[in-house]
Amino acid sequence: MSTPSLMKDEVSQPPRPPAQPGSRDNRISVWLLRILSALVVPAVLLLFFFTFEFLQDPRTNKALQIVVAIIVGVGGVWLLFWAMDRLVSALPDRAAAGVRPFVFAGPALMLLGFYLVYPTIDTIITSLRSADGSEFVGLDNFIRLFTESTYLVSLRNSVIWAIIVPIFCVGFGLAVATLADLLPRRTEAVVKSLIFLPMAVSFVGASVVFFFMYTFRPEGFGEQIGLLNAIWTTLGNDPVDWLRLPFWNNLFLMAILVWTQTGFAMVILSSAIKGVPDELLEAARIDGASEWQVFRKITVPTIASTIVVVWTTILITTWKVYDIVAVMTGGRDGTSVVAERMVTEFYTFRNEGIGAALAVVLLVVVLPILIINIRRFQEQEATR
Amino acid sequence: MTAVTEAPEVLVEPKRARRTKDPHNSFQASRTPAYLAVGLIALIWVIPALGILISSFRDPQAIRTSGWWTVIDDLFDAGTWTLQNYETVLRGEGFANAFVNSLAVTIPAVVIPITVAAFAAYAFAWMDFPGRTVLFAVVVGLIVVPLQMALIPILRIYVDLGVTGSFPGLWLAHTGFGLPLAVYLLRNYMGSLPSSLIESAEVDGADHYKIFTRLILPLSTPVLAAFATLQFLWVWNDYLVALVFLGVAAPQNNVLTVELAGLAGQFGEGAVSLLPAAAFISMVLPLVVFFLLQRYFVRGLTAGAVKG
Repeated sequence: MSTPSLMKDEVSQPPRPPAQPGSRDNRISVWLLRILSALVVPAVLLLFFFTFEFLQDPRTNKALQIVVAIIVGVGGVWLLFWAMDRLVSALPDRAAAGVRPFVFAGPALMLLGFYLVYPTIDTIITSLRSADGSEFVGLDNFIRLFTESTYLVSLRNSVIWAIIVPIFCVGFGLAVATLADLLPRRTEAVVKSLIFLPMAVSFVGASVVFFFMYTFRPEGFGEQIGLLNAIWTTLGNDPVDWLRLPFWNNLFLMAILVWTQTGFAMVILSSAIKGVPDELLEAARIDGASEWQVFRKITVPTIASTIVVVWTTILITTWKVYDIVAVMTGGRDGTSVVAERMVTEFYTFRNEGIGAALAVVLLVVVLPILIINIRRFQEQEATR
Repeated sequence: MTAVTEAPEVLVEPKRARRTKDPHNSFQASRTPAYLAVGLIALIWVIPALGILISSFRDPQAIRTSGWWTVIDDLFDAGTWTLQNYETVLRGEGFANAFVNSLAVTIPAVVIPITVAAFAAYAFAWMDFPGRTVLFAVVVGLIVVPLQMALIPILRIYVDLGVTGSFPGLWLAHTGFGLPLAVYLLRNYMGSLPSSLIESAEVDGADHYKIFTRLILPLSTPVLAAFATLQFLWVWNDYLVALVFLGVAAPQNNVLTVELAGLAGQFGEGAVSLLPAAAFISMVLPLVVFFLLQRYFVRGLTAGAVKG
């Protein structure tokens, strides 16, 4: 890789005037300056957004709000960064070189600290406290999650989602990617666009789309307007309320996520498949391998690492799914999942302890992936 | 529409990567089953969306009393089609207002994180400072942290500050949730630019600010665009964050997804006839972006689907 080495030589290279006499490398003051400079941009942003009443007043003209937000969001943020950079330049050179990186990286780090790091710690602490957070209850919330049937249903469903959805997404994605590769270019492009399109649709939108597949009219209450029931009754069966059908309703909800995520699997797998060397495939065919054997013995092993990446990605998405369940069933009839239960607990029931514990469950499952990502990053850094 | 004819190209790899379609090849014979299988899957994928598109233009009474596929009987009957649902949804149900709200949330929630992340990414790629590697490892770790971890504490703070229901609270929340991935993607891209570029700029007397704005940022356009499409899609389609932080505090500020979910939650025949049009309104902009910016769209999704 042609990744350049970082700044070590860069700092020493340009001839700079020697540090002013008397400007001792006072570490404490440099660190203070670093922290201060990192704080300024987010602090001014927060102050601006939260002190100007009109930005919060719902009666304010929306267009005005958008315009102000864009001016502040683009212009204001730029101006702040620029002003901070100028200020730092006024410092003695050595101090400036020490502080400037924090002017650049600081605001992002502060926002990350406020919106992700601090809340994560806080949520973990909250998960060890009672519903209103007033007393410490140890692992009680977690014990309840793993013993009470309400929560066990959510956990069970989430695990089933996390198994089934990636299987179908990767399966369909791989099938379309492989088969479409055999078709003429234009046909392939059209087919792939069609299957990729649902990626652009929100989960709420996708749920409404499938409402018209699953909706149900009891017999004698008019014609079926849901496609599934129309087909089902035409075949001579009684109409079924699919979304209330024990256990199966979960699968009908999963189908919605499969519908939106398959395109993603397909696009990534397709480019991996096209990267499989032609010679390999030809050699296998000349040796008399059938297309199925070529696929199983050559294509799949060659793209195995891509399959793993796609699989994990969809697994993470699936594990955190909230919208589909919330919109379609609200978690009723045994369809609850962890992320949906979490919102119901802390938002609707105001039980912060259990809500936080459910959030921690969501985190724990992605933790191995988090660690793998960091390891991989460290390996990359080592080889830079 | 030129966009449509041009767009699908992106989903297909460049020509050289294309399998040679040799007429002598044995697998040419297996094309028919491939057509059938792919055709079937594509059909299954299209039917649900087609249903909603057709329904949205049908008479409200007809939507409630017959399946959308029955339009095949009187396809060319002028009485079959109407824009009435769109009118009702936009005016009566306040979706026009919700559309503007979605814009008001999305535009700043895309622009602010990109700006903040670009500065940070430059520092991580081209500046030396204590804790650089450790801090960046933290950023990498944060990419997959579920945003659910942030909901309870941030809502508590927002309630204390009295900023629930306001747009700025939502902009900054989306900024925070989008930052790890943005910093990661941008830093990797900026870091792969040749160091000779930066060195020669330094020799010419440019400082970091100048190098960043005049040199690195313009060169990073592809990755900026990819992240922008991803973040746009993410914020526009978000339901959970908008529900929790805008929520009941200010119903006038509700975004499209929240309004649509609310409409879907109303039991009653009236809502059923409005749902298709409402859903379609919420999808229009992402679909346009999909067709116009498919290249960046695919890149962004590919790069960033692991977001927390």
